[in-house]
Amino acid sequence: MIEVKDLTVRYGGVTSLDGMNLLFERGVCGLIGPNGAGKTTFFNVLSGFVRPASGTVTAFGDDLLRMAHFRRARWGVRRTFQTEQAISALTVYDNVAMINSKLRGAARRADIFESIEFVGGGVSPWVKVGSLTAGQRRLVEVARAAAGKPRLVLLDEPAAGLPDAETEHLTQVIKNIPAHTGALTILVDHDMSLVSAVCETIAVLDFGKLIASGPTAQVLRDEHVMRAYLGTAQV
Amino acid sequence: MIDTAGRKAPASASRGPVLDRRSLTRLTVIVVLLLLALFALPPIMSAYYTDTMTQVAIYSIVTLGLGLLVGRVGLYSLGQLAVLTIGAWVGARLLFGTGQPYILVLIEAGLVTMIIGSLITLPALRLRGLYLSLITLMLAGGVSVIEATLNFPNGGGGFSGYNGSLLHIPQIRRPSFAGTDPAFYRFSVIVAIVMFLLVFAHLRTRPGRAWAALRQSEPSALAAGINTTFYKLWAMALASFVTGVAGALLAGADRELFSIDFPIQNSIELLAVVLMGGAFALTGAVIAAFLQSFLPALLQNWGIPNDWLIILFGIGVMQVLATAPGGIADQFPKDMKRLYRQISRLWRKPAAVAAVSAGAPAETSVGKGGGAT
Repeated sequence: MIEVKDLTVRYGGVTSLDGMNLLFERGVCGLIGPNGAGKTTFFNVLSGFVRPASGTVTAFGDDLLRMAHFRRARWGVRRTFQTEQAISALTVYDNVAMINSKLRGAARRADIFESIEFVGGGVSPWVKVGSLTAGQRRLVEVARAAAGKPRLVLLDEPAAGLPDAETEHLTQVIKNIPAHTGALTILVDHDMSLVSAVCETIAVLDFGKLIASGPTAQVLRDEHVMRAYLGTAQV
Repeated sequence: MIDTAGRKAPASASRGPVLDRRSLTRLTVIVVLLLLALFALPPIMSAYYTDTMTQVAIYSIVTLGLGLLVGRVGLYSLGQLAVLTIGAWVGARLLFGTGQPYILVLIEAGLVTMIIGSLITLPALRLRGLYLSLITLMLAGGVSVIEATLNFPNGGGGFSGYNGSLLHIPQIRRPSFAGTDPAFYRFSVIVAIVMFLLVFAHLRTRPGRAWAALRQSEPSALAAGINTTFYKLWAMALASFVTGVAGALLAGADRELFSIDFPIQNSIELLAVVLMGGAFALTGAVIAAFLQSFLPALLQNWGIPNDWLIILFGIGVMQVLATAPGGIADQFPKDMKRLYRQISRLWRKPAAVAAVSAGAPAETSVGKGGGAT
């Protein structure tokens, strides 16, 4: 469970998040909104890259904002980025092993292999990431996010630029993250078919403010949401 | 599901990364070259080249440290020669002042250099690129000023161990088992091997992963929970340690040290040879050491002025930046492979030679150009 209260982020004179309030309970939750709505800024706050002007973030009873960024990873925050960030010079195993987790020794190694197996897609531990396809490299990032007992997984447009077949596989993997790891997963994506296929609940951001949240089907029918984000046409 | 994971995971876990044919070939070549360097070279080398090759072995440790900083972490340090000077000074002071075994002195000099090197660079860790280079160059300048005032120990007393009025300067001692020049050469090669293994072990484990992440994508490293400042400091500490060991080794090799032997501009030259040799591979450090120490000796032996080297290095760095970012260590095997392919094509189809050279002039010229690099 993650609870966000009055979160405000300013970049100079620009207010990127404006008193945002949010509550996600469990499973895969979607966060959508037009470009510049503050979705990535919100992720940056959670992963410790951006210090908010005010507000609190409580995740599973802990105050996230008080932790240094590397402590958040140990605590269980995982993150993927809009642009691909798997390290091409390293093997898949080393990419996943990079995670700073509480696991040690044999348990840690077993967890890494399990995580690579979980994402599937023909990704094997000892190949260099540089030799994989774009979709497989995305899966490596998801494997990294699923390793080391995560509690909060943040996926920032994981399917951007992928061909349909690979998006389909990725959709299944993302859907299974909460069951596999027990982590609350937050998905940011512009691909509505992915979001509605994967998320049970979604929240909509516009100009740094939450304008709607609730069960996916209900929110997508919401009049404000359609106007702000989807236009007036039918979904 | 648990069963599947249990069956599959340990199988791949125990096998570990598979040693493919390419790495096996590389390993064999390295071992053979090292055996040649240790056993075949010393009996046939003249005193001049024994001395030169000792310098190559020692400077390969220095370029190893700098290559680690440049290639693995992206820290372009211009202060490595100053760090080497610190190691040489501490090594010489301990060798004169105490009767400790030489190997112990090497480790101590490495540790002292590590502490000083890390402390000085601590404030510079938040900087990158040009600013870090500037700070480290200033550090090199500062150290050389201190060095010129303090002088290298020459058997005198006090903290500095320097006595300006000595008529007969005692030589810095060597280990009892490596008193002669060829023996000290072997000793230097072995110390270099140990230092390379130390760095290799780092690259293959957690710090190596952290450095790779830092180099390619700092956000990704941060998100993975890598304490970036800590691992940058670690790289700096490791580079300082090996450079300090190299310094103490240099004290025994030269037997007399003078501050004029360590001019600041050599720091810049050091970065140039590291870039040319290849900062991303460990073999690049050895190539860089040959460029730094062997090439000048060779030119001197042939009676060619050393100043030509500066021009050569300038062209070399330009070539690296423009066409071969991996340096010679990366480019040379590729060129050889291309050359081999060309030759084997000629071998297999003697009749088609004319057709090949007429049909693919571009490819042929690439092969020739590669051979020249």
